Amino acid sequence: MIEGAPWRRWVFFYAPVSAFVIALLFPFYWMVITTLRPDRELYRPWNAPNYAPFWTNNPTLEHVRDLLNETLFTTWMWNTMLISLAATLISLFCGLLAGYALSRLKFRFAGLLGTGIFITYLVPQTLLFIPLADIIRNFKLGDSPWALILTYPTFLIPFCTWLLMGYFKSIPKELEECARIDGAPRWKAMVYIIFPVAIPGILSAGIFAFTLSWNEFIYALVFLSSPEQKTVPVGVTSELVRGDVFYWGELMAGALLGSIPVAFVYSFFVEYYVSGITGSVKG
Amino acid sequence: MRGLNKMYDDVHAVIDVNLDIRDQEFVVLVGPSGCGKTTTLRMVAGLETITGGEISIDEKVVNALPPMDRDIAMVFQNYALYPHMTVYDNMAFGLKMRKFDKSEIDARVKEAADILSIQELLKRKPRQLSGGQRQRVALGRAIVRHPQVFLFDEPLSNLDAKLRVQMRVELKKLHERLGTTAIYVTHDQVEAMTLGDRVVVMRDGRVQQVGDPMELYNQPANRFVAGFIGSPAMNFAPVRIVAQNGSLWAESPDLRIKIPEPSVSRLAPYAGQEATLGIRPEDLSIARTGDRNDLGFDVAVEVVERLGSEILLDVAAGSLSMVASVEPTATAKVHEKLRLALNPERIHFFDRQTEAAI
Repeated sequence: MIEGAPWRRWVFFYAPVSAFVIALLFPFYWMVITTLRPDRELYRPWNAPNYAPFWTNNPTLEHVRDLLNETLFTTWMWNTMLISLAATLISLFCGLLAGYALSRLKFRFAGLLGTGIFITYLVPQTLLFIPLADIIRNFKLGDSPWALILTYPTFLIPFCTWLLMGYFKSIPKELEECARIDGAPRWKAMVYIIFPVAIPGILSAGIFAFTLSWNEFIYALVFLSSPEQKTVPVGVTSELVRGDVFYWGELMAGALLGSIPVAFVYSFFVEYYVSGITGSVKG
Repeated sequence: MRGLNKMYDDVHAVIDVNLDIRDQEFVVLVGPSGCGKTTTLRMVAGLETITGGEISIDEKVVNALPPMDRDIAMVFQNYALYPHMTVYDNMAFGLKMRKFDKSEIDARVKEAADILSIQELLKRKPRQLSGGQRQRVALGRAIVRHPQVFLFDEPLSNLDAKLRVQMRVELKKLHERLGTTAIYVTHDQVEAMTLGDRVVVMRDGRVQQVGDPMELYNQPANRFVAGFIGSPAMNFAPVRIVAQNGSLWAESPDLRIKIPEPSVSRLAPYAGQEATLGIRPEDLSIARTGDRNDLGFDVAVEVVERLGSEILLDVAAGSLSMVASVEPTATAKVHEKLRLALNPERIHFFDRQTEAAI
């Protein structure tokens, strides 16, 4: 905390923090207010009388109703959920094994391999989608959830591997040695001792991977084409922006509903998440 | 252990270690950090591969056996308790892995908890325990297994000084009660001396001396062991062995001592050569009038440390500094000049080149 006179606390702590919080939360507020505002207020020119952009006296759920009834939004939600969960599970499984191996097993080129995996994570998706599109077409996976379930791990596995590798390294290796002397073969020591101890790390890797796949845009845009296959980010932006017509109310309702699962997941696991990122296990 | 060796890429960590440990014996490996004692222990445990030589437990070569099949239990320096399990589950884990009956597990955990008086902690998690309690749980986890050998890797070094002394006594009692063979690694020579039936002093990957504690103290094999065992450490003085008037003298610019009769025959071949004289602080005393003049030397007192049961005098004899432990009734003062006498039966000599005891 800031020491000294109250004004110092206000100037150096409360004011900057408030500015930061407002800047972060304003988009959400804007999303909520736009969702609830009736169309006649949304498209009212700025110089009209009673123009109040930050407030409405006639809240309505008509945009939400439209979104759910008139568009394929529920299908998109379902698609996104399925794809994100599947991609996250695949990536967590591979990341767990790879992270464990890279942090614990001694083998040739282990360090090099670790760095290599990290570098693949740095290749931008905006480049990777071109060759990947070719592969997807050759395997005839285009326009199906599999196109994303199998391509998301290309960036999620390196991410999970790195995060978990760091976490495993923070677990004292004596724990595992002790388990092996106690009579557990390596895989049992891994499953009964290391994984339970690494739960905060595993959860944060999972949450992060889930969020990344939930928000992913470019692969979803390129690999999926029919409306009923789309994910929320792509569906909302492609089906609710027609030419130069923006259905702002529905767009914002889609964005709002689409961000609820992620916000829910975060708030639920936030403690694990923090300790997973900051690491450290006390024996 | 026969001709045990361990090479890391280009470091020879353990060199030709031979050691026979008898059943029920408490053997302590002691040495400064990096001397290979922990590596040796980890090879016995099966946590490090063996580069050369072999390890047998109960006549059976175990080189290729994984840790779980060696019938050993190990207590680690940081206790390595499983943080997500209760004390009970920590202790039961090894037995569960070995598919013991539930009732047998329960009986053994209760028995070990009784021995260590940690019955009321069984439902707690490790993070709710103090350092000493964690230490007990780690011991309990080893005890329940009824292994052939206990391995201890500096188990007391994370405890505060008072608790360490207390746990040391308990470990000794425990060993007497269970009679299980134990190998104990420590860098603390006091721990080594108090716990070990036999003590193995190691340095730079080699065994320097193996013996019971008093043997190491009274007949150190070389200068390193002499300096490592005993506190405060032995005083050393470079001297030249000189034959004069039919007797041998140890001479240096700062002192001149007549070598007592029992040592003469051993030192005779060194006449005219350099050697190192070693004398323990407790074998020095303030000379009284009437003491033999040829076994004393003049010193100036620099520091007086009053420890209650003894007084440590840090003294200078010319350019040499030494420590003498004298009776608590002594009245020596700082800057005082006095004469110290040494106990003729307890003088040690070491070869200047090989550092081996003469």
